[in-house]
Amino acid sequence: MSLFFIVALPFFGALLPGLMNPAGRSACAGVTFTVTLAAFVGLLTNLPAIIAGDIVTARVDWMPALGLNFTLMLDSLGFFFALLILGIGLLIIAYARQYLSRNDNMGEFFTYLLLFQGAMVGIVLSDNILLLLIFWELTSLSSFLLIGYWKHLPEGRQGARMALTVTGMGGLAMIGGMLILGQIVGSYDLSVILQNRELIQADPLYLPALILILLGCFTKSAQFPFHFWLPHAMAAPTPVSAYLHSATMVKAGIFLMARMWPVLSGTTEWFVIVTTAGLITMVLGAVIALFKHDLKALLAFSTVSHLGLITMLLGTGTAFGAMAAVFHILNHATFKAALFMSAGIVDHEAHTRDIRRLGGLRRLMPVTFMIVMLAALSMAGIPLLNGFLSKEMMLEEAHHTVLFGSHWLVPVLATVGSLFSAAYCFRLISHVFFGPVRDDYPAKPHDPPAGMWLPPALLIIPVVVIGVAPFVAEPFVKLVTASVLGNAAEMPSAHLKIWHGLVPALYMSIIAVLGGLAMLFVFRPALRLWDAVPRPEAKVIFEAIITMAVKLSQVLVLPLHNGAFTRYAAIGTVTIVVAGYYAWTTGTVGAPMHDMQTADPVLISGWGMLVAATIGMVFLHRNRFLSLILMGIVGLMVSIGFVFLSAPDLAMTQFTVEVVTIILLLLALNFLPNNTPIESTVLRRMRDVAVAVAGGLASFALAYYYMLRDPVATSISEFHLANSYKGGGGTNVVNVILVDFRGFDTFGEIIVLSIAALLIYALTEALLSGPVRTRLLNRKPDQPQAGGVHPMMMVVLTRGMMPVVMMVGFYIFLSGHNEPGGGFIAGLIVSIGVVMQYMASGFSWTSARLKYPYHGVIGAGVLVAGFTGIGSWFVDKPFLTSDFTYVRIPPFQEFELATAALFDVGVFLSVVGAVMLSLESFSRLARRKDAVDSEHPMDIDPSRSDPVPRTAGEGV
Amino acid sequence: MEFLIASAIGVMTAAGIYLVLRLRTFPVILGISLLTYAVNVFLFTSGRVVAGAPPVLRDDVTTYTDPLPQALVLTAIVISFGMTAVVVMIGLGAFLGSDDDHVDDQPDTLENEPEGKV
Repeated sequence: MSLFFIVALPFFGALLPGLMNPAGRSACAGVTFTVTLAAFVGLLTNLPAIIAGDIVTARVDWMPALGLNFTLMLDSLGFFFALLILGIGLLIIAYARQYLSRNDNMGEFFTYLLLFQGAMVGIVLSDNILLLLIFWELTSLSSFLLIGYWKHLPEGRQGARMALTVTGMGGLAMIGGMLILGQIVGSYDLSVILQNRELIQADPLYLPALILILLGCFTKSAQFPFHFWLPHAMAAPTPVSAYLHSATMVKAGIFLMARMWPVLSGTTEWFVIVTTAGLITMVLGAVIALFKHDLKALLAFSTVSHLGLITMLLGTGTAFGAMAAVFHILNHATFKAALFMSAGIVDHEAHTRDIRRLGGLRRLMPVTFMIVMLAALSMAGIPLLNGFLSKEMMLEEAHHTVLFGSHWLVPVLATVGSLFSAAYCFRLISHVFFGPVRDDYPAKPHDPPAGMWLPPALLIIPVVVIGVAPFVAEPFVKLVTASVLGNAAEMPSAHLKIWHGLVPALYMSIIAVLGGLAMLFVFRPALRLWDAVPRPEAKVIFEAIITMAVKLSQVLVLPLHNGAFTRYAAIGTVTIVVAGYYAWTTGTVGAPMHDMQTADPVLISGWGMLVAATIGMVFLHRNRFLSLILMGIVGLMVSIGFVFLSAPDLAMTQFTVEVVTIILLLLALNFLPNNTPIESTVLRRMRDVAVAVAGGLASFALAYYYMLRDPVATSISEFHLANSYKGGGGTNVVNVILVDFRGFDTFGEIIVLSIAALLIYALTEALLSGPVRTRLLNRKPDQPQAGGVHPMMMVVLTRGMMPVVMMVGFYIFLSGHNEPGGGFIAGLIVSIGVVMQYMASGFSWTSARLKYPYHGVIGAGVLVAGFTGIGSWFVDKPFLTSDFTYVRIPPFQEFELATAALFDVGVFLSVVGAVMLSLESFSRLARRKDAVDSEHPMDIDPSRSDPVPRTAGEGV
Repeated sequence: MEFLIASAIGVMTAAGIYLVLRLRTFPVILGISLLTYAVNVFLFTSGRVVAGAPPVLRDDVTTYTDPLPQALVLTAIVISFGMTAVVVMIGLGAFLGSDDDHVDDQPDTLENEPEGKV
């Protein structure tokens, strides 16, 4: 099966259990199992190629410009991990079906599980390190969901948060490291990176890259000093612990260290950092595990310890160490997953995981006892079980390792670690299963149904088989080791076997096992000693650090971000001005290139009005209506300025937008207070004036400087002028740019405009469905109303104007390509024509005559524009490529038919719809209970026979 | 002429900033509108200003103004209408819902910050 399917199956399959939830718990579990099985079988189809030593690849270019490609690679290392992930996944799914209770949402659980599974498979099959990073982050996220699956447990939520924080931070560090690595090599493909050992290790950035990548690996694989999150993540349901925290996620860091082994290992830095961290983790984890009373906590710290062991083996940088690491990964995955599942069984049956409340289960749960005993003895390193073999190899490797110039340090610590490891295994067996049967268990324990004990029992088979006949596993272990080593080292000649002769490792092993037994006998005094010694509690420290970070960010953020908009605006303005001033003083200022052009008297008078109106707005802004009129003057002067400065299109647009904006603001002012009260102190106003003057001076200086000098680079405008007619078929270059050269921009802009209009509509709906509705309906006008709301003169005039406005709009639209005009302006003009009808005859009269809702008009506009763009695909051209031709239909003149005109129709429709929908929404707010909507177009109609119009007498 | 345009931009910017720094929604909206004018005119001037040189191709015209800023400013004007409308609607909704048209959080309406515990 293609590698793509193996990675994609869990992700797509993740949809199924969530959907299958109503079909029942077995259906959920069944579909999850099937999906995983399919991926598992797909993986196995690649086995022949792997055995032959080939590397299976699959590649799709995703973003080649960034070096990010969807490339997958399956070599024996990836195969090994994928086998663990999918194989143990199958057992976990079967186990979880029995484990989860009726109250748990099974679909949700399996959806998360499959997401996690997909992400894990993605990590081990990625050939591109950027892709690997994406999957890496996905495992952090999905494990967060899984650990916090029991949302009602605070420990679960806290544990999930802690895991996400620690692994997430590590992931961020790793992104940095991987990017550096990619920069050094010049490629983000693993297959290329793995060939460049010398290049990478000689680079001055090797150490930072190494540290960052190791941060990612250490946090994920719970290495000291990041080991503390793993035990807290044990608040998760047991299937999650068994899957994530024994076999898969915590091995991701180990996997990456193994994957990067050929290029990163072998240096002093690698050796010192990785071996030390592994050694400390191994000993520390084992010691803490011995004194834990919670079964899962014991197993969690034992996992930490074993991960440390593997890390240490990878750290030594020798081929034998790598082989021992691979072997131990295999062994640990088998016995630890079995132990976790058994712990879950005990918890499930006895309703407690506290070792102090258990004991004597040997007789009550014989099957579980057998499983736990074999797995735990294997973990303790007892011969004829697989744990013994890899532990021997570890001790052998430790015996040869010289750290910090000492021949004794590593062997002694490794023996101490093994000793405690054996001790907690013995304690697990004896304190839980041996001893007298008690009568105070929270529930009467007995062996669970086969569905629950079969998965761990299946895992015991390899524990025993490999333990008795290690040569069975040897070819596979060597195959995987070969791909860990790459070209960096020769395959070790050692074989996996039980008896190596009287070598130091054997003595160390014997010391460890005997010491572990002795430890069991002195457990009670040792526990008292342990409890008496003060220890730093990782969780407390972690929470303190988090609290400190929150406090620090509050100190930084709150003074700036205190909910006062005016403060942000002032700070923003001052910052921009200061930055601009800095640029101005540090840059070079060239001499003016032009003389100032002489000013026309018309321009001067327009300028005078504009400045006067603007300053008037500042002084009169407390009278809101007056300031609105002044704003209209400013807008009008700006439009006239555009006329004068050779921008007819802009002038028309500005003018029409001005009309609709003022109508809009008038509608809004209807509901708002008429005056702005004086609230700010004189001092504050002086400060605001200072900020405003600074901003004004800055923009003046910038504009003035700018206009007297030519651009530093030639503009692309020349191209537009030269090609407007040839390429776009229009002589109005502005319009051709809008609908043709930059048509895609325009397409985006009409979509933005449409979204804004729909947003206004949605806000209106929200307002009108809430408590505000009653308030609006009962609103009393604060000023006397005119007698006639719909005067005859205005109605008659607007009716007469309507066809004229429409014709003007039509003309402006059609001539737009060659003369000033176009869809935007025509849309605004037509909108104004329709708005006039609303103003003259009222909202309900006009709405009743409306055939098409404005949303539909907006949608039609965007669709027309979009389909015009898509049309060019049919002739194998890129989106929105335009074409035009000239046709002549007698008796008309020859005229042009351009696809751009069709696009302009879309622009036109969107603008009409957006403007009308906004204004209509505002008018819908204006309804009042006491003002009955007139059904007639005007108040007084001579042709009507109601001499006393109701609305006319109503004015207050 | 350049001085007039630049000073108009400066005056509109200054007035806009001053109004944006006011405490109620309506003047702030007016201030934003003034800033919109200023920004649009400023963008327009990036093509350098010429009188009597239309961006419409004619046989008898030899110098044209820069059409590109015009096209960009044209859509900017239309979109600024949409944005103004949205801001007005938000301001209006806030006022109708709480009978308060301050733009800043008022001290008595500030909620106690949650401690960040779940």
